[in-house]
Amino acid sequence: MSTPLNRHSNILDFALSSLLRRKSKNFSLLVVYTLIVFVIASLIFFVQALKREAAQILKEAPDMVVQRMVAGRHDLIPVAYGEQISAIRGVTAVSPRLWGYYYDQVFGANYTLLVPEKNLLEPGSIMIGPGVARNQRIQAGDMLALKTSRNIPLLLTVQDLYPSSSELISSDLIVLSAEDFQTMFNLPAGQVTDLAVTVANPREQVTVAAKIAELFPDTRPILKSEMLRTYDSLFEWRGGMIVVVLAVAVLSFIIFAWDKATGLSAEERKEIGILKSIGWETSDVLLLKFWEGIVVSLTAFLVGVVLAYGHVFFFSAALFEHALKGWSVIYPQFKLTPVIDVYQLTVLFFLTVLPYTAATIIPAWLSATVPPDAAMRS
Amino acid sequence: MIQHPAILALTIASLMTGLMLIYAGWYGTWILDKWDLHSGSELQLNLERRTYLISVILSYALLFQIASLFLYIFTADNLHSQFTGAMCAAGSLGVNSFGYPVLILKILNCLLAGVWLIINHVDTRGYDYPLIKAKYGLLNVLVPLVLLEVVFQFVYFFNLKADVITSCCGSLFSTDKHSIAGEIAGLPSGPMQAAFFGIMAATVVCGMVFFLKKRGGYLFAALSALTFLVSSAALVSFICLYFYELPSHHCPFCILQKEYHYIGYALYATLLGGTVSGLGVGVLMPFSTCSSLSGVIPNIQRRLAATTLIMYLLFTLIVVWRMLSTSFTLG
Repeated sequence: MSTPLNRHSNILDFALSSLLRRKSKNFSLLVVYTLIVFVIASLIFFVQALKREAAQILKEAPDMVVQRMVAGRHDLIPVAYGEQISAIRGVTAVSPRLWGYYYDQVFGANYTLLVPEKNLLEPGSIMIGPGVARNQRIQAGDMLALKTSRNIPLLLTVQDLYPSSSELISSDLIVLSAEDFQTMFNLPAGQVTDLAVTVANPREQVTVAAKIAELFPDTRPILKSEMLRTYDSLFEWRGGMIVVVLAVAVLSFIIFAWDKATGLSAEERKEIGILKSIGWETSDVLLLKFWEGIVVSLTAFLVGVVLAYGHVFFFSAALFEHALKGWSVIYPQFKLTPVIDVYQLTVLFFLTVLPYTAATIIPAWLSATVPPDAAMRS
Repeated sequence: MIQHPAILALTIASLMTGLMLIYAGWYGTWILDKWDLHSGSELQLNLERRTYLISVILSYALLFQIASLFLYIFTADNLHSQFTGAMCAAGSLGVNSFGYPVLILKILNCLLAGVWLIINHVDTRGYDYPLIKAKYGLLNVLVPLVLLEVVFQFVYFFNLKADVITSCCGSLFSTDKHSIAGEIAGLPSGPMQAAFFGIMAATVVCGMVFFLKKRGGYLFAALSALTFLVSSAALVSFICLYFYELPSHHCPFCILQKEYHYIGYALYATLLGGTVSGLGVGVLMPFSTCSSLSGVIPNIQRRLAATTLIMYLLFTLIVVWRMLSTSFTLG
């Protein structure tokens, strides 16, 4: 083993034993440090996982949705619009979509009613999401009564339930046939909720959207990429907001760390004095402090990250979900898919370890440059 | 401004680095002005003690600086989905006119930081602070550059607005544009390959001569710097194309992604490492006659030259391996 490596390993050895000698002081620092890493790591992991879920869901979304606007509000769109849109060069397919919301007065919940693109269901049968099943306390084979727009009850048989793995998108969903949808809402003939447009070449989407907006000035084309961007910025904005709030906590932690590092006990000063008088140089003492910092930082970082991982991916981020997820009567119960990458860890490192390190440099230097005689006399 | 945790992290880190460097620079000018090793005054003792602090502060600050270069590129890449038309980091950096200047400043500061750390390391080996003036002279160059970077980075992030129409890397580096990046892409691959391999060979030969005969230090340092510039241009001109297997994708950032097995990190680390060591050889040349370092500097220079040779050879090896192993050819 070469000499410089030996020097480092010996000093690291000494740093470990000196940290252990002052267990209570370092333990309290470690606990606060770990807590800070844990909170910020949970937040970063959670936001990242939500972004991924949103991206996964939108993968299946149509390239473009065309909605009609009346007085600035979303309105029904004539199917005839779709025929003209499909004639635009670059458009592969246009499919009319039927969907809407239904407010259940008894249970106080909003359901999403949707007609599938392909005829999956016979009139009178429905498929429901797990949230609806929980809310209504029904299961496959049971009947569900909905009130139509003419105040006549419509009885529907639950054919099947969506699996809980799809709960994030299917929780409040009731999928029904086009005939039942018509009975429920009594739409004017030849009108649908909106149009899903498929464009084969992603680079042509913007041009096609511009053409649609020109052809039908009363419509609003929404691109999938725009939806993705909106979700991304929404989650990032929320995450960023909480980081700003947590900055206060980080700041107090830095003050705490600074205080711990400057408040050398008489015993510590004496120790440094002795080390220097037996031949340690200022740079050696600085190296000792550096290794102490590394040990404390890495321990807090690793423990904090592991705890945050468990918190977010096994306990669904119980501490943050209300701030970041929003709320609803039928709220999906879902487990996030674990995603964690070097980028997130680097951001976390920058937000936690860097401020700590910067805060302890000057105290470390102050303790390392104490004249040995003064230190031992004190 | 986009409220992104990484943007906050980079802003906090750059503010901290900026403050640390201002502190160090302030005492640096004091040291340049008042330093007198023969004096036993309290001021001199105080300054001697401060040099330790400044060394430590700068070592940390400069390490943060190097880490922040990669975080910056990664963040730019991560943000591309927020801007229409941006396909990767190249698009995000072009959102406003500060993105690329920040990147260039970061690279320049990384190189200078590396050289400063080398001088500092050598200085601590001599008992009489032989390089103290050179060290703090360089610091005076470094501090304004880092502060400029802090300001530019803040302005860049502050003016980021999602949805601004930007060019994606495909059009940004397209040959018909006359921006700097466009011209790099426009350099023909044939002559660029000749220039790249030629300058690499020249640097390696010069490095070997320096390593064995301790001659030509300045030439070697100059060639190392030139290699850095030529290799960077070659990366955009033809090296990237072999990794992407696309004749039109000149983006130098996508190779940092998982899809390309993070090979970009190996390329950039070897290139930056090699250049810093090569520059270090040249910077140490004037001090080789210094009495307290006469036994130290030649050894360190030889080690630095060896590092440059190994790094550059590794870089070339990765490039050649890719050029030979892929079925993609540039007609």
